[in-house]
Amino acid sequence: MDEPADSLASASFFTGARDVAAGISRREAIARTLKAGAGLSVLSQVGGLLRGATEPPPSPSAPGPVTVTLNINGDAHTLAIEPRVTLLDALREHLGMYGTKKGCDHGQCGACTVLVNGERVNSCLTLAVMHPGDDITTIEGLADGDALHPVQAAFIKHDAFQCGYCTPGQICSAVALIKEGHAKTDAEIREQMAGNICRCGAYQHIVAAVREAMQPTG
Amino acid sequence: MNNFSYILAAQPDEALRDWTGPGRPAYLAGGTNLIDHIKLGVDQPQRLIDVRNLGLDQIEALPGGGLRIGATVSNTALAYDERVLKDYPVLSQAILSGASPQLRNAATTAGNLLQRTRCSYFRDGLSPCNKRQTGSGCAALGGFNRTHAVLGTSERCIATHPSDMDVAMITLDAVVRLRGVSGERTVPLQDFYVAYGEDPAKENVLKPGELITAVDLPATEWFARSYYFKARDRASYEFALASAAVALDLREGLVRDCRIALGGVATKPWRAHAAENALKGTRPTEQAFRAAANAELSSAVPRAHNGFKIELCRGTLMQALQTTAALA
Repeated sequence: MDEPADSLASASFFTGARDVAAGISRREAIARTLKAGAGLSVLSQVGGLLRGATEPPPSPSAPGPVTVTLNINGDAHTLAIEPRVTLLDALREHLGMYGTKKGCDHGQCGACTVLVNGERVNSCLTLAVMHPGDDITTIEGLADGDALHPVQAAFIKHDAFQCGYCTPGQICSAVALIKEGHAKTDAEIREQMAGNICRCGAYQHIVAAVREAMQPTG
Repeated sequence: MNNFSYILAAQPDEALRDWTGPGRPAYLAGGTNLIDHIKLGVDQPQRLIDVRNLGLDQIEALPGGGLRIGATVSNTALAYDERVLKDYPVLSQAILSGASPQLRNAATTAGNLLQRTRCSYFRDGLSPCNKRQTGSGCAALGGFNRTHAVLGTSERCIATHPSDMDVAMITLDAVVRLRGVSGERTVPLQDFYVAYGEDPAKENVLKPGELITAVDLPATEWFARSYYFKARDRASYEFALASAAVALDLREGLVRDCRIALGGVATKPWRAHAAENALKGTRPTEQAFRAAANAELSSAVPRAHNGFKIELCRGTLMQALQTTAALA
């Protein structure tokens, strides 16, 4: 509890920010490691097999990319993407914003939760082309410069994560929960956070963090 | 995920026009079911027509009483609407017992009416499934069918209808408003769903391209005494193994009228007519509640792994009736 918040906040899973000390992101580091060995080619083959098994051949009239402008964390981003690109994939694969996590990719785990016009949604089950003009807030947009959002600070204070993979979704969900105002008790916090699964089972600490962040501050 | 084109329709008639054309179309609203199905390969539309912008996102009071719920009103907005909370509590409870806040924010009223089964053999995209591929068979009949239906089944399909909202709406005499190229029509919700007969892929009476524009709820005073009770494997964020929606008209110690519907146990949101008939005119006692449940469940057909649902459903319905009768 006495540790400075900054030391934890610099973890890339937490803010989605790049590891400044190393100068590269974890993603890049992993990709470099894989390329160094045979791993990548094996993965590519597996990926190819899976694609072949599940995707129909492209239709002759398959539509190409369309232009869409997304308003994310206050910045406009214009993308040329196929209509099938989900908001989640637009964030991660097209904009390099890796803070929002892909868990199940089917709306069952909540890791991809972002705020659209202040409302929490699963970004894996909505298409990027559905959101021109919407205000999208991701985990990267919650802090005010170096000052963490109160929910981020509460998650650190209460050690509300272990591996951290679900954490960006948990935090975005909790920010919305507090604004919605339907949860007063711990049981209600649990119910209102039910769409965010934590495989590490950090639920006790997550509830404690949300409970604290809910309190009006003087 | 297969590729598709995308168009945002600005008017209902524009959406209807967009429906016609080359390639398989699909209307897109919240996307929580459709995009999932496209990823699974269960559905492979080539053209998506976004219907979220048709001005159908309001809940309006009807002149003669009752509510008109626009097709694209979100599940969240509907569940927390003050009029729904007061006059149709069963509807609010049912919606909030399903899915997660994230899904309810995106999911729409019409989309929920068209929600498709969670049968794993339907969703895996590979198994024989008459609902996904007509005439291919039903893997659930001889497979793991613990979550499958015991009412309204056939030898072609035993897939459970997954919705909570629709079960509540059935008890509220909801009427679906439809718009097609040949005009508008209305269908009582209980007639909107069809039994799984020859073709389990045919789940409702919608004609190709027809749009749901709204759902009307009548002004029926005693619907304020209504309640939803749901039994499931987890305490939250889980589909029903059995659920019951109940509305009771209690006067002078008698059940003058009632509406009962069951979820999680049937191939469609199940209006329990036999239970209603057994209960009408009786005193609201445990014995009467059991008789009502028995009347409905006598036609239930258990399979290898879902026989427990009959007893679970009996208890679920009795609990729902007891709680509803005790409401102030």
